[in-house]
Amino acid sequence: MPDSTQIAHGASADAHSEHPPYLRHHFESTEQQADAAGFAMWLFLLTEVMFFGGLFTAYLIYRNWYYPAFVAASHQLNVFWGTLNTVVLISSSFTMAMGVWCAETRRKSGLVLCLILTFIMGLGFLGIKSIEYREKIEKHHVPGFHYSMQSFLDPASDPEVFKEYHDKPLAPDMAVHTELYFSLYFLMTGMHALHMIIGIGILGFMIYRAQVGAYTSGHTTFVMNFGLYWHFVGIIWIYLFALLYLISRHQ
Amino acid sequence: MSEQVQHGEHEHHIVSPKVYVIVFFALLVGTAATVWASYVDLGLWNPIIALAIACTKATLVVLFFMHVKYSTKLTKLTVAAGIFMFLTLVSMTLADYISRAWGNW
Repeated sequence: MPDSTQIAHGASADAHSEHPPYLRHHFESTEQQADAAGFAMWLFLLTEVMFFGGLFTAYLIYRNWYYPAFVAASHQLNVFWGTLNTVVLISSSFTMAMGVWCAETRRKSGLVLCLILTFIMGLGFLGIKSIEYREKIEKHHVPGFHYSMQSFLDPASDPEVFKEYHDKPLAPDMAVHTELYFSLYFLMTGMHALHMIIGIGILGFMIYRAQVGAYTSGHTTFVMNFGLYWHFVGIIWIYLFALLYLISRHQ
Repeated sequence: MSEQVQHGEHEHHIVSPKVYVIVFFALLVGTAATVWASYVDLGLWNPIIALAIACTKATLVVLFFMHVKYSTKLTKLTVAAGIFMFLTLVSMTLADYISRAWGNW
């Protein structure tokens, strides 16, 4: 035993002179370490796929059951704000990808700029989302005790939406299911927004760390993995936008 | 053997900004296309086209922004396993709902 300990110590003492300080001793090379970290991040993202997948499946099934209610309720969403938010989020994904490139090519000021732009667009997304939420609150379309079916029992009472879609009134037993649409709407966009808030928090931390050069000395794992997270959140929004805002637009 | 492991499966590939710019514009075009298509009445095809465009956009993001095209086989397998698992769970759930009232129509 003492011998093998000595050998191990000797080996690590030798290795210290050769490898960068961020290489952990249980990895053979920085490539292996980076691959392991990326693999772990993808495993985390798979659990996220399963989580959001359940919500999307619930939406799919309820939309088929209460189709007229889901069509009428989805007409309440504002395509302009939804499209603008999609563009904001795609742009933030682009600046994040550029940030990863800056970290890989060791451009410190470029990385800080990219992270700040991503941070600002993340906040912009939440700002636009809050405009939409506010509209729902004002119309009493938030599920709960104050929920109002008025826009669906008497569509003409909601002239802004009516002039665009000319929805026919829903029977009360169908109109009641519009509340389910908004439950899923708030659940899915809310969970997405929570992921955005967490991401923006981590971005703030990264901006601080990037300024002291933490990610531009070769150790890019944190930036790479955060990029994966941010792009994943963007993909969720791409599907939310298509399924909540767009698919009943033509009716 | 241990030498092979040390050299790793691949060299780290840095995706160039040119690729990112092209993907970025492709995503913007996809967004414009899906919004435009949603206003055209295609009946049954509206959700199919919306989902097809969304899947195309998601694939671009996964392959290029998330570097999967340049990743190790392990990462590719992980991503494929995730998509496969998701589709399996969704189709099994739907199969359950479709078959519950089987014969009682």
